[in-house]
Amino acid sequence: MRVRGRLVAVAVVAAALVAVYVLVGLTGSYALSRRVVKMAAVALVASSVAPATIIFQTMTHNRILAPSIIGMDSLYLLTQTATVFFLGATHLAWADARVNFVIASALMLLFALGLYRLFVVRGEHHLYFILLVGIVLGTLFQSLVSFLQMLIDPNEFLVVQGRMFAGFNNVPVELLGVAAGAVLLMAIWMLPTLRYLDVLALGRDHAVNLGVDYPALTRRLWVAVSVLVAVSTALVGPITFLGLLMANLAQELLATYRRTVLMAGATLLSVAALAGAVLVVERVLGFSTTVSVIVNLAGSAYFLHLILKEHPA
Amino acid sequence: MATALLAGGLASLALVSIFVGVVPVTPSSLWELTPLQAQIVWASRLPRLASILLAGAGLSIAGLIMQQLARNRFVSPTTAGVMDGARLGALVAVLLAGSASMLQRIAIAFLFALGAALAFMAIVRRVRLRDPIFIPLVGLMFGNVINAAATFIAYRHNLLQTLVAWLHGDFSTVLRGRYELLYLVVPLVALAYAYAYRFTIAGMGDEAATSLGIDYQRVVHVGLAIVASVSAVVVLTVGSLPFLGLIVPNLVSLYRGDHMRNALLDTALLGALLVLICDVIGRVVVFPYEVSVGLVMGILGSAAFLVLLVRSRYRAG
Repeated sequence: MRVRGRLVAVAVVAAALVAVYVLVGLTGSYALSRRVVKMAAVALVASSVAPATIIFQTMTHNRILAPSIIGMDSLYLLTQTATVFFLGATHLAWADARVNFVIASALMLLFALGLYRLFVVRGEHHLYFILLVGIVLGTLFQSLVSFLQMLIDPNEFLVVQGRMFAGFNNVPVELLGVAAGAVLLMAIWMLPTLRYLDVLALGRDHAVNLGVDYPALTRRLWVAVSVLVAVSTALVGPITFLGLLMANLAQELLATYRRTVLMAGATLLSVAALAGAVLVVERVLGFSTTVSVIVNLAGSAYFLHLILKEHPA
Repeated sequence: MATALLAGGLASLALVSIFVGVVPVTPSSLWELTPLQAQIVWASRLPRLASILLAGAGLSIAGLIMQQLARNRFVSPTTAGVMDGARLGALVAVLLAGSASMLQRIAIAFLFALGAALAFMAIVRRVRLRDPIFIPLVGLMFGNVINAAATFIAYRHNLLQTLVAWLHGDFSTVLRGRYELLYLVVPLVALAYAYAYRFTIAGMGDEAATSLGIDYQRVVHVGLAIVASVSAVVVLTVGSLPFLGLIVPNLVSLYRGDHMRNALLDTALLGALLVLICDVIGRVVVFPYEVSVGLVMGILGSAAFLVLLVRSRYRAG
């Protein structure tokens, strides 16, 4: 089958890039362990961001949205900036990666779930309304962030800057297990609902007609998306355009509407893209930029192309 | 009636704002200022007041024009990538020529902002048939695109903190000699007034405007040029002010309707008044320190926007 062939091809490319990164120029066991940790983080981020984006796009019936639009990225930046600004870079909440991870992911999760809880009262589900409220609150967080960053000491700004842009250089090993556990838990929890995704994609009315418990399904999906995004953002920082780029590329490449296939494809593509970006940043550009900056640049260019292609004059 | 109220409120608050600050200046001492007080008033308080009025009025009118031309209530320079374009231009100007004069920087920022505005309008034309809420979403994403490019450049040159400063509106650094280019807003507003009828007609759409004898393309271009120049000047002198261009035209149209010449004066007054209120709040709330106008406005603006959203939802049923 054509789709399966392409899926295999993507998997091969992803594996090859990971192998090239780990094996080329390998000098010793220390380098090996560092590289393996980085690639593990890449796999973890790919397998949380890509499915989260596809679920989110299915729920909103929109291919140009990504979960970060509801303001979770801005909230992450706010927690990081505020920690350094008020407590200093030596405080436990910043210096201890574990404490920082727990605080940041818990806040993001609370925010996303609170947003949902607040606006899905009386059984009404206006997803676009939640999105717009999320965007507004995201803008609010952003103005707090920029206020603090304008005032902050330039040295401390550089410290924050390290967390503002997703990187795989300082991924704390001890957190990989926790994050992987959370992602796995979500995967198991989501498994029974996966077959409803294609029905949900038909639109709310059709889905309800076909017997889907729309409120329950949406709630479950929203929780899953929130957990996945919170964990991956707290682990490596925001990569706004990764999911958007890969979900659409997967759709284009695999030419299918089956969400489970798309999820697998987008995850593999994300692994390939992140591994490729890490390679370029470390071996070609000599660390002069970061993975997230490269992914966002490529992703945003592709996004423009997408808008113009989807809506011809 | 509303106009007189706005003008009166603005004038009295403007007067009060001269006396708000760390160096005490009282109304009674206004006639015999000490040298220090005189310097504060002439070099800091009055320039600050002028820049607040100009930036507030300019950005609100820019928002009004964009909403007319894009035919969408949720569009403004901050939600359409224009401000982001101006920031990218300012960054490019700093990198191309570190010694570039303020005017040259503004010119480059203007070109980028205009490019962003034109691109946004092209996108809006293509997605016209979709949900109106879809358009600001596209605009925000488009702004993200421009920001990604700006971040890429700034990261490599260690200019990220500078980029943040342009993002954040703040009047505390406005001093005599550093804000005068903001007066460019005055002729731009006059131009907007002269074109007000044409903008209103252009807001009816391409075909309706053309059949009424309006050169639609030219009117759109004039409008976008005004928006882009106001955005460029404001970004480089005081930084971006979120929500302003979005909220003010919507508030005014609630009682003035969509006829632009009727709404123009009130929009300018209300915009200036809102910025002034936010700035004075920011100056008083943690006295003798200051909270920037960008933050005060971000907080108040989010609240106002949420109310607007809830209302429009109830109306939609």
